[in-house]
Amino acid sequence: MAKKKTPALNTSSTADIAFLLLCYFLMTTTMGSQLGLSRRLPPMPDKDAKVEDQKVNRRNIIIVRINSADRLFAGTEPVDVSQLKDKIKEFLTNPANDPNLPEKEVQEIEGLGKYAASGSDSYAVSKGVISLQNDRGTSYRAYLQVQNELVKAVNELRDEFSVSTFGKQFAQLDEEQQGIVKKAVPQNISEAEPKDVGKRRR
Amino acid sequence: MSKFGGNSNKKEVPPVSSGSLSDIVFMLLFFFMVTTQMRETENKVQVQVPEASEVVKLERKDLNSYINIGTPIRALQAQYGTEARIQLNDSFKSTDDIRDFIAAERESKSEGDRQFMTVSIRADQDVRMGIVTDVKQELRRCSALKIMYSARRPSED
Repeated sequence: MAKKKTPALNTSSTADIAFLLLCYFLMTTTMGSQLGLSRRLPPMPDKDAKVEDQKVNRRNIIIVRINSADRLFAGTEPVDVSQLKDKIKEFLTNPANDPNLPEKEVQEIEGLGKYAASGSDSYAVSKGVISLQNDRGTSYRAYLQVQNELVKAVNELRDEFSVSTFGKQFAQLDEEQQGIVKKAVPQNISEAEPKDVGKRRR
Repeated sequence: MSKFGGNSNKKEVPPVSSGSLSDIVFMLLFFFMVTTQMRETENKVQVQVPEASEVVKLERKDLNSYINIGTPIRALQAQYGTEARIQLNDSFKSTDDIRDFIAAERESKSEGDRQFMTVSIRADQDVRMGIVTDVKQELRRCSALKIMYSARRPSED
């Protein structure tokens, strides 16, 4: 016979094999995308470099302190975590040019003039620095919550700046524009040397 | 006539073809292979990362090394106690071992990527800052300055 058919290959077990592989990958891999708060640590000061107090004007710095009972202090007064964001925003913007709040320095930001209503490259950038201090007994949860509030304050300021300058939210800007916004609203969060905190506790 | 024939009770429903079943399963398999990543170490500490709403995604997972901090898992508590411990790779370590760990991690990355290496601190939300501060100080000493506090999005809203 010329038309003899070859018998069909039995493929019913390929599904089982694939299932087995699937189960293997389900067991050995993890889904979770890595989320977190990105930070840059300050480099360790050289041992032989003389201890030089950075002359930061008193008004330009706000000290956010968390004690071992997770109580939060911004500046000198105790605040709640929910109030911290507004306090930081007020500190960084200094809308009323209060002499106790940080001064502003007019800086040339390249490329800003194309977008800004005033048409110039200069913008008064706040010199405010947030200094975060914690105790060894502070819980990590409280610490990260505060970190989160600080980032949120800066992000909201960046959004406000983006909307007023570019008419768009920060996340929708392209890379160059984001760079401009980052220069105009810097994220100056410094984490204090832990030994200072230890001294304070004793 | 066969149209009205009595053999209609012999007529069978054609079997459902299962030939495409394997294709479907393979598709699933590829989906999981693409979206997941290999679990490289076994967790020896319990880590429940805290919540934070402003989290950002890590760009390069392959340039990341992990430092886990938390209490040992229940099976190991008899041996190691309930004090918060640092886990590097597969074993409990002290802060002094971080230097070697960072050096080894740095060695494993390609030359050009070393400056972008990020150290991800996965600490349990209930650990005290003391141990985290020690780790941070040690990282500064090793000049591994790019760090990331692992967190998750808040579950509500």
